[in-house]
Amino acid sequence: MRTRKVLFLPAAAVFGFLFVWGLSGLPAFGDYRGPYGIVLAQVAVSERHATEVVGATTFDYRGFDTMGEEYILFAAVLGLVILLRQLREEREDEEEQQSDYDQRLEASDTLRVLGIGLVGPLILLGIYVVAHGHVTPGGGFQGGVILAAALMVVYLAGRYLAMKRVRPVPLVELAESGGAAGFVLVGVGGMIAGSAFLYNFLPLGEPGTLLSAGMIPLLNISVGLEVTAAFVLLISEFLDQQFVKGRDET
Amino acid sequence: MSFLPYAAAVWLFLIGLYGIVTSRHLVHLIVCLTVVQSSTYVLLLAIGYRAGAEAPIFADIPPETPVVDPVVQALTLTDVVVGATVSALLLGLTLQAQKRLGTVNPDEIGVLKG
Amino acid sequence: MGNLPALPVALPLLVAAALAATASFPWRRMADIVSLLTAVAVTVLCALLLARSASETLVYWYGGWQPRDGIALGISFVIDPIGAGLATFAGLLMSVALLFCWRYFESVNHIFHALMLVFLAAMIGFSLSGDLFNMFVFLELMTISAIALIAHDIGHRPPIEGALNFAVTNIVGSFLVLSGIGLIYGRTGALNLAQIGESLGQGTLDRLVIVAFALLVAGFFVKAGLVPFHFWLADAYAVAPTPVCILLAGVMSELGLYAIARIYWTAFGGVLGSHEAELQAILVGIGIFTALLGAVMCFLQHYLKRMLAFATVSYIGLFLVGIGLLTPDGLAGTAMYVLGDGLVKASLFVSVGILQHLRTRVDELRLWGLGRDLPFTGTIFVVGAFALAGLPPFGTFLGKSIIEEAALDQGYAWVPAFFMLASILTAGTVLRAAGRVFLGWGSVPESDPLSEQADLETEPEAEGARHRAPAVLFVPALGLLLMGLAVGIWPGLGRAAQEAAARFVDHQAYTTAVLYGLPAAQPPVWAPHALMGHGLLYALGSTVGALALALLALFGRNLPYRVSRRLVDVARAGSVRLRALHSGHPGDYVAWLTLGVAVLGGLFGLTLR
Repeated sequence: MRTRKVLFLPAAAVFGFLFVWGLSGLPAFGDYRGPYGIVLAQVAVSERHATEVVGATTFDYRGFDTMGEEYILFAAVLGLVILLRQLREEREDEEEQQSDYDQRLEASDTLRVLGIGLVGPLILLGIYVVAHGHVTPGGGFQGGVILAAALMVVYLAGRYLAMKRVRPVPLVELAESGGAAGFVLVGVGGMIAGSAFLYNFLPLGEPGTLLSAGMIPLLNISVGLEVTAAFVLLISEFLDQQFVKGRDET
Repeated sequence: MSFLPYAAAVWLFLIGLYGIVTSRHLVHLIVCLTVVQSSTYVLLLAIGYRAGAEAPIFADIPPETPVVDPVVQALTLTDVVVGATVSALLLGLTLQAQKRLGTVNPDEIGVLKG
Repeated sequence: MGNLPALPVALPLLVAAALAATASFPWRRMADIVSLLTAVAVTVLCALLLARSASETLVYWYGGWQPRDGIALGISFVIDPIGAGLATFAGLLMSVALLFCWRYFESVNHIFHALMLVFLAAMIGFSLSGDLFNMFVFLELMTISAIALIAHDIGHRPPIEGALNFAVTNIVGSFLVLSGIGLIYGRTGALNLAQIGESLGQGTLDRLVIVAFALLVAGFFVKAGLVPFHFWLADAYAVAPTPVCILLAGVMSELGLYAIARIYWTAFGGVLGSHEAELQAILVGIGIFTALLGAVMCFLQHYLKRMLAFATVSYIGLFLVGIGLLTPDGLAGTAMYVLGDGLVKASLFVSVGILQHLRTRVDELRLWGLGRDLPFTGTIFVVGAFALAGLPPFGTFLGKSIIEEAALDQGYAWVPAFFMLASILTAGTVLRAAGRVFLGWGSVPESDPLSEQADLETEPEAEGARHRAPAVLFVPALGLLLMGLAVGIWPGLGRAAQEAAARFVDHQAYTTAVLYGLPAAQPPVWAPHALMGHGLLYALGSTVGALALALLALFGRNLPYRVSRRLVDVARAGSVRLRALHSGHPGDYVAWLTLGVAVLGGLFGLTLR
């Protein structure tokens, strides 16, 4: 450990100095002049009828990056499934463990009531955020995480089995893959419509309304689906581990 | 004063690296990796900031108002997703390490040497 | 051209999603067939792109967003022969890897195949992209899928550590890349490579540009595996399943170097042009140092996969020398060498995989003599080793001699000698291993505790030992080796590489093609490379040297101690220290990484002003 620190600290000092030195060449904070952002802010509304420029950038101008990003999430969850499923399958039957668990860890009544009360509004909020990604702040990623959180709340309210019933794994996997593939298929739609991959081929509508900005709401929904499913899978895999691990401790 | 955000980014990067190098617990290491990541968020967002400008959402402001850079926000969004997924994967590895190796201390793992 | 450029990325992603969706209804053969067909289809598509890009650089804008007034609004794929060639090569190696999976794994589910296809899409997107942040996204996608693939054999202990080290180091590397991108964006306001090049070219070479370049290069050095960013490589290769190793060694590390070449020539070429000599010296120096360190570490290994991993590190160093010469010829030589070496290396990994499949161990010492009844595998191993040494007419010989010529042209007369040294060490080690395993030569070995432990930890990827290699495993090994041979003798390939390289370095033409839609003309090429005398001499020297080294290593114990005892002891102590540095601890690796960035940044800062 000491040799490591002796190696690292001077190196970090030099690195820090160089980094600061380089950063000092940037324009002053608050003085953004670069053409890319300014041009996009000017044209996004008129050309794509999307009032939320960040969403338009993410899903239209730089939509190809977002596809890659979506697949990063997809690949990570697949990887996690590989990593953790084997651990879980080596255990025994889970029904027994649920009753142990329920006996040992009871959620308090407050938590239960709050939890069950929150699930509905959270789902509604999540859907709202996903659907309005091109109009107001939000979008597929943010809304998807909110929706996944709604499921977490079910677990927190002390209903692990209920959560398990709500997320049949094959269906969730299907949803995740469907979301991922959906993005690519919309892109292909752009190709079929005669232009390039991810060309915005749907009618653009009025800026500021729900049905505007062409394919951006579609992509938002697709991403929202994928992110929700991915995070649900992710959290479930971890919860199952924790859960089954508890068995060993009794 | 206007250099502070950039200095913060550098500091976050360095302190995160220090945490990774001297870590004795894998979860701590992963969180330090997240700290290094947040340094990149701060850097990107600070670059895109425009003094006195609005958020780039034209739902209720006239189309000609100066806004901050939307592109770096899109980049940061990508970065956040990447960070979340990396943390998830590494935490999964940590769970496996706990089970197979019986330890989450990087000092004690040492299977692959030489 | 139509929408052809989007297909090699969209297709594997779609099929991967479909495979993952059906993961709960496993039908193994179907997954194998589907993924193999997809990989082959992708290879064909990339080959088509390669053919079309031979005459002019193809530019494809996603979303239909054409640039306006020299400002790029969307993301572009810019396809020139070297990028398309790398993409095709990735597809080819993936097809071979998936073929190898057919019988290699007892049970592997849809998810593995889905991840492989995502990995493929990421590699192809990375090599074809013309946008800096898009390259970063595909870099991350590659890293994430690779982490999952390396950790696939998670039932055992070493893969956890290998995957962890790989993950931590590469992720920190990608943060370096992202910081560099941020700096560039802050200066130029652009993410498109051509636009960045134009904007930087019009500006001055000041501290921001230098530091941004240093960060980007350091980040990609981590991916490529150059010293001192290389520590993760051996760990990851040692634990990854063999089909994944084929891809890691053959293509993924090389993509890191490709990125450096691409961003140098397209984005930084204009602004850094005045300091070519200094940059050349730094890059060539790092390359040679990596080559030697990798070669020495390779020699000290007994675990076959780790041995090949360090051989890869060494060759990455040699590739960097080719690129670091900053001339089209150096680049052309590297392209040929990457192609030839990737095929041979993949073939060697497949042979090691066959050994593991049949004998359930991968340690040279524990395998002593166990390969005596595997003549075909043994032959491939030995021929592969000679190909590594650069024996003509393999592709490695062609690539290496072009680089050596370029080095001599630039005044680096001592470079070919180091090439020879690195080749002797690495090829000699592989020959030594071949001698021990397949011929039972050498004295009874003393055991190597370090590698034995790793070997004992790793049960076979398939159950039980077998007697004969099924054809499906053997055919890829032979096929790859023959392709490595074909690369060397295919007429006109060397010249095509030189033309491709000349187009690659012409950033003026790149910019006009991308931003203004004007087709890029083919720049003139120097006289085609003829088989120079000294190239042959060096190759012969390498081959003979490798053979001599292998024999010395196998039988040297019997020779009387002519060489002073002290020298041997020093060498032994030194090797122990060197191996101890490769400790398997991620904190150590990151510390070395920081040192590397500091040194690199310092060198650039001092010399490039």
